[in-house]
Amino acid sequence: MYRIVKKKSLNPTVTLMEIEAPLVAKKAEPGQFIILRVDENGERIPLTVADYDREKGTITIIFQIVGATTEKLNHLNEGDSLHDFVGPLGVPSHVEGLKKVAVVGGGVGCAIAYPIAKKLHELGAEVHSIVGFRNKDLVILEDEFNAVSDKLCIRTDDGSYGDKGLVTDALKALIDAGEQYDEVIAIGPLIMMKFVCKLTKEYGIKTVVSMNPIMIDGTGMCGGCRLSVGGETKFACVDGPDFDGHLVDFDEAMERATMYKDFERHQYEDTCNLFKKEVK
Amino acid sequence: MANMSLKKNEMPVQDPSVRRRNFEEVALGYTPEQAVDEANRCLNCKNKPCVGGCPVAIDIPAFIAKIKEQDFEGAYQIIHKSSSLPAVCGRVCPQETQCESKCVRGIKGEPVAIGRLERFVADWHMAHNKEEVKVPKQNGHRVAVIGAGPAGLTCAGDLAKRGYKVSVFEALHTAGGVLVYGIPQFRLPKEIVGKEIDNLKAMGVDIETNMVIGRIESIDELFDQGFEAVFIGTGAGLPRFMNIPGENLKGVYSANEFLTRVNLMKAYKEGSDTPIQHSRHVAVVGGGNVAMDAARCAMRLGAEKVSIVYRRSEKEMPARLEEVEHAKEEGIDFHVLTNPVEIVNDGNGFVGGMKCVKMELGEPDESGRRSPVVVEGSEFILDCDCVVMSIGTSPNPLIKNTTKNLEVNRRGCIVTQDDSGLTSREGVYAGGDAVTGAATVILAMGAGKSAAQAIDEYLQGK
Ligand SMILES: Cc1cc2nc3c(=O)[nH]c(=O)nc-3n(C[C@H](O)[C@H](O)[C@H](O)COP(=O)(O)OP(=O)(O)OC[C@H]3O[C@@H](n4cnc5c(N)ncnc54)[C@H](O)[C@@H]3O)c2cc1C
Ligand SMILES: Cc1cc2nc3c(=O)[nH]c(=O)nc-3n(C[C@H](O)[C@H](O)[C@H](O)COP(=O)(O)OP(=O)(O)OC[C@H]3O[C@@H](n4cnc5c(N)ncnc54)[C@H](O)[C@@H]3O)c2cc1C
Ligand code: SF4
Ligand code: SF4
Ligand code: FES
Ligand SMILES: [Mg+2]
Repeated sequence: MYRIVKKKSLNPTVTLMEIEAPLVAKKAEPGQFIILRVDENGERIPLTVADYDREKGTITIIFQIVGATTEKLNHLNEGDSLHDFVGPLGVPSHVEGLKKVAVVGGGVGCAIAYPIAKKLHELGAEVHSIVGFRNKDLVILEDEFNAVSDKLCIRTDDGSYGDKGLVTDALKALIDAGEQYDEVIAIGPLIMMKFVCKLTKEYGIKTVVSMNPIMIDGTGMCGGCRLSVGGETKFACVDGPDFDGHLVDFDEAMERATMYKDFERHQYEDTCNLFKKEVK
Repeated sequence: MANMSLKKNEMPVQDPSVRRRNFEEVALGYTPEQAVDEANRCLNCKNKPCVGGCPVAIDIPAFIAKIKEQDFEGAYQIIHKSSSLPAVCGRVCPQETQCESKCVRGIKGEPVAIGRLERFVADWHMAHNKEEVKVPKQNGHRVAVIGAGPAGLTCAGDLAKRGYKVSVFEALHTAGGVLVYGIPQFRLPKEIVGKEIDNLKAMGVDIETNMVIGRIESIDELFDQGFEAVFIGTGAGLPRFMNIPGENLKGVYSANEFLTRVNLMKAYKEGSDTPIQHSRHVAVVGGGNVAMDAARCAMRLGAEKVSIVYRRSEKEMPARLEEVEHAKEEGIDFHVLTNPVEIVNDGNGFVGGMKCVKMELGEPDESGRRSPVVVEGSEFILDCDCVVMSIGTSPNPLIKNTTKNLEVNRRGCIVTQDDSGLTSREGVYAGGDAVTGAATVILAMGAGKSAAQAIDEYLQGK
């Protein structure tokens, strides 16, 4: 079984958990993900390896509560176990050889961006992190990013923390001020990644994005996670999740992410009702 | 007294108008009386032509003779000498092109219903046998099996019987391979597969799920951990698409995705957290068993209409005859000599129809099948709101990409030296769909068996 050894709320909608999974912890690299099932009837959901501890044999996941399964997951506590936990999946991020990188994170995407920023920092690269959130209450991993970044810009949509504005504006300002990046790594909502890529394309800066389409098996067996990249079909779970952002068809990806919207809303409401009953 | 009826004893089945909306098993199985009556049709031919049609050479007349004597357990023991999954093969083997195609009774009339008899015997054994599984004496050697489909499970079972300590590593959260994620409940109840797996566990086989070999451990690391031989039975699970416009619209599935959601994730059941689209009119592209299964699942999910779209004629369909017949009885439409060219957007990013062309059969190609050619100006739109692509699969490249010096062919299939399943790497064996490309349960099982034998010889000779 995969025991939860630590649980911590990072903000009202984002939770961190450390899960006991020694074999996964032995192998995991930044950029890879796991798939878990909360219980026997649960769906399989992918979450990024936010951190790992090879000695302790644990994997850290950071998830945003957006629907039924993440809601259920958030109701588990330290000492409880997950039914299934498989990984590490996907191709690790390519970080070798980079000297100066802008890491752009949006919302819970920061949890995915952080291990990459950390790895780059460990490899001696100059890291500029630009992280964006809707408001002050939703800011996560500030200290962590601070520790691994040569420069950290925090943006909120409403200006309640850091500077008001979008991460794309911050990135543009840095580039215009003369910063020269080998690469931009952008991880966050699809719409954010799309606009980061639009910007960096104008400047001709290579940009890597981490894609998060709907997955089931995560082994290349179902093709449900397919994306169009440079006119070719790619399976995000085995060919990615990292791709050259200038080649990704974001509009198609955004469409596909809404495939089960009605089912998901219904399921979320049911789950919330269920927990309200239990709480009483 | 031989039963000279030209027809097989009919298989009792659930009424088509009822079963098309439920996931219960379609075929209900022979009663002992029906089984004995059918067994009496067998002439116990001296030269046993039927045996030549069975890939694992079950002694068919011998087991049928036991049924005639009503010694059903005796019949089981004969089958079990050659096959470890008779309850599965009796249900899903394409008998009409294998054992039954060679039966002399088939020359005038219908062949003996060998598959149905095999199923009867296996089910009888499961229901009546109370004997505990014996734990074989351990010989101290360890073997790793990758993939818990019929190939891997058979190899593991045969090695365990010989005293090996076997660990089976399976990528998914449930063991069984295609038997659990692909073939639906109404054709192969999951309890049957579950029982086989419980038997393996009782024999001391470790089944480790959630282990994607190539990611969590490589084959070389398995050797480092003390496994002395490895069997690769990872199947052919990589889905093909047609590469036509509109294929990434919402509502276009690979058959693997559709069937996995329905079978493995039980999306058809209330209370499953896994979503599936409940569509009005589902078009399934392809003509194999997989296509029939997808179509019949779609019908059971409540579709008003389900169409099979196949580019050759019905005669060329690779699906088992019985599945085609069952699908038709359940009201599935067949559009043969029809090929999709584009999937149409409904304006909201979902499937709104499928543009198809009519085909006609041209000259036979190298496989002897007449290849279809497009009829000019025959374009039409098939009304549908969901498309399931069921046009074939190939082996997943993960093992190849993470194992040094493992030879594969142009199609990504692992190359083996001979029937033993030995690959280009010492101590590494492979079998089943991973070697042959998508084939059948019985061939996968047979390959697992031969490899177990070869691994035993290899390790005993070391
Ligand atoms: C490689 C990868 C890494 C990810 N890493 C993280 C992470 O570190 N932290 C995090 O909070 N989220 C991450 N996600 C997204 C996370 O998987 C979804 O938020 C989660 O599955 C939602 O499940 P739900 O039932 O709670 O919500 P639902 O209400 O079911 O879904 C909400 C939305 O999440 C997406 N989603 C739903 N099911 C899946 C699925 N099976 N696979 C992928 N997306 C789905 C859909 O776009 C959907 O509209 C990652 C996704 C991928 C593909
Ligand atoms: C829908 C459908 C219907 C079918 N109907 C019939 C039928 O009626 N009759 C018939 O004879 N045949 C049928 N077949 C074909 C038959 O099921 C296959 O030929 C057979 O299952 C192949 O067995 P296998 O053991 O080689 O592989 P599989 O059954 O594919 O099993 C391979 C297993 O390996 C696992 N795996 C893959 N990669 C890894 C990895 N890297 N690490 C760990 N595990 C891994 C997979 O998850 C899977 O569980 C059907 C197939 C499908 C898809
Ligand atoms: S295993 Fe298949 S081919 Fe062999 S006798 Fe049984 S049904 Fe026929
Ligand atoms: S060929 Fe037919 S009749 Fe002859 S032994 Fe085999 S099953 Fe019986
Ligand atoms: S999740 Fe099934 S192929 Fe990627
Ligand atoms: Mg969900």
